[in-house]
Amino acid sequence: MTTFRNKKITEALTGYLFVAPWLFIFFTFSVFSLGYALYLSFTKYNLLSPPQWWGLGSYQRVLTDELFWQKALPNTFKYVFIVVPLQTIISLILAFAMDQKLRARKLFRTIFYLPSVTSSVVISLIFVWLFAPQGVFNQIFGLTINWLDDVNTAFYVIMGMNIFTTSGTLMLIFLSGLQDIPTTLYEAAEIDGADKLQTFLYITVPMLRPILFFVITVSVIGTFQVFDQIFVMTSGGPLDSTTTITYLIYKWAFRDTTVKMGQASALSVILALIIIAVTFIQRRVIEGGGSTTE
Amino acid sequence: MAATSPLSDNRSTREQLIDGWERIKAPVFYTLLTVWAIICLTPLYFTLVFSLKPIENAYTPPLWMPTPFTFANYQTVFSSFDLFPRWLLNSAVIAVVVTVLRVLFCAMAGYAFARIEFPLKKFLFNALLISMMMPGVVTLIPKFLIIGPGFIRGGIHLGELIIPTGFGLIDKLGGVILPNVVDAFGVFMMTQFYKSFPKELEEAATMDGSSRFGTFFRVVLPISQTQLITLALLTFQGEWNRFMEPLLILRSPENFTLPIGLQWFRGEYYTLYSVILAGSLFNTLPILILFFLFQRYFIQSIATTGSKEG
Repeated sequence: MTTFRNKKITEALTGYLFVAPWLFIFFTFSVFSLGYALYLSFTKYNLLSPPQWWGLGSYQRVLTDELFWQKALPNTFKYVFIVVPLQTIISLILAFAMDQKLRARKLFRTIFYLPSVTSSVVISLIFVWLFAPQGVFNQIFGLTINWLDDVNTAFYVIMGMNIFTTSGTLMLIFLSGLQDIPTTLYEAAEIDGADKLQTFLYITVPMLRPILFFVITVSVIGTFQVFDQIFVMTSGGPLDSTTTITYLIYKWAFRDTTVKMGQASALSVILALIIIAVTFIQRRVIEGGGSTTE
Repeated sequence: MAATSPLSDNRSTREQLIDGWERIKAPVFYTLLTVWAIICLTPLYFTLVFSLKPIENAYTPPLWMPTPFTFANYQTVFSSFDLFPRWLLNSAVIAVVVTVLRVLFCAMAGYAFARIEFPLKKFLFNALLISMMMPGVVTLIPKFLIIGPGFIRGGIHLGELIIPTGFGLIDKLGGVILPNVVDAFGVFMMTQFYKSFPKELEEAATMDGSSRFGTFFRVVLPISQTQLITLALLTFQGEWNRFMEPLLILRSPENFTLPIGLQWFRGEYYTLYSVILAGSLFNTLPILILFFLFQRYFIQSIATTGSKEG
């Protein structure tokens, strides 16, 4: 009896020893950090003196801030709602094309993945140079547009670049999803006399739905937090036309001369709530779509 | 009679459409793939060409050929500007240390979640799953404070004793390494793998009197090689390219990683864009080599990311 209990205790201790590194990091940088972020969002904190309790003061500041309402919030939504659909559609079409028995598939696969291999900073530096006033893009098309310094174009260059870099990876995810669909399903449909279009609508599309949900969720969470590209390419300019919520958080917490950690924390909590809400709505939309025609 | 004929007509146009599509499908898809391939290659190609031209001839035509040809920009990256090798080294140290530790810690935690019974296991695993969905930006500021000065500046004073509340790792490579030595997705991936793995091998080892730790290092780790390589590649690429955290934590130029350094270099020497591009390609090279060596694993890793929900 005692040996049995001893064995159980040893087992439990071993278990905790194995998860200890993860548990330490998880507790420090996820659980504690989350609580701390919430606490900070209710304070005024400039790093020099200790945080001062401020109730909803920070939230009030955020929600009456012009830069937030007129630039960061609409820009972020615009970014998500342009980039996510476009890159999903492009990568889906590419995946369907790759799923056919075409020649040179491996070569195409390698080429499509190349943009994802480069870091966000490197690809941003390359695009800054491509779209400079005397850059390659203008030279090829005989234009003289200052792409990244023009309120009407800067944000779209960044969006285009994001679509360019992520479509390859998303294509690979869709492709593996397409190839996971059991061939027996297609065979059964053929026996039942379904034509190609019906097979596509009633087998391929529904079978791909979980992957579609996954890809869109990950893309939405990622694009809502876009930062690197904006930092390198425009620093939120020109005239704040590329300032997004994450960039504004960075600006308030680390860039402005008066540090506003509390206000930045409040904005990060608001962003998290927006992301959770959008993910939830999107889940309802995709799952609620049922098996109707697409 | 009158009712059936339009219906059958309808059906035949539909069949015609499908037939037509089947015939033009291949050329349409080839065109699409080729167009996208060109879009993917063009920026990288022009970058390569530009980086191989002397700075003073940077904009002399032809645009698409490196004439006159020179390696001068790469020489600048390596020899003339001594911070570049330093950045390369810093990037390598961070990426290698994080990769090695993360693979080990994720495998350990994954193995425990899959095989060992311990109190609160279910609860902790659910917490892990939730943390995977948490947007990283929420914890950005607390993370920075914990790595750096701490949430109480100067620490907690208990008489003579001062308990620091932060790690004091600002401007140190350790500050970038520490929060990333393990991550939720890696633990999840390894848990799923060990759950699907037959127990017999380990049991045989335990029978031989091997301890849990012994079994783990001598039997479990070697058999999970493929998963570990996949996780290692994914981690290495992510850490090598990481930007936001090093940007906030690393302050002096000699401690920069390559991405931070390149961005800083552009601010200081804007006119040397050819050098920046040479450095950029240099930053890409290690991942490119890894990609070509382990393409199978890269593809595999993406497939696993995709199927975790499916």
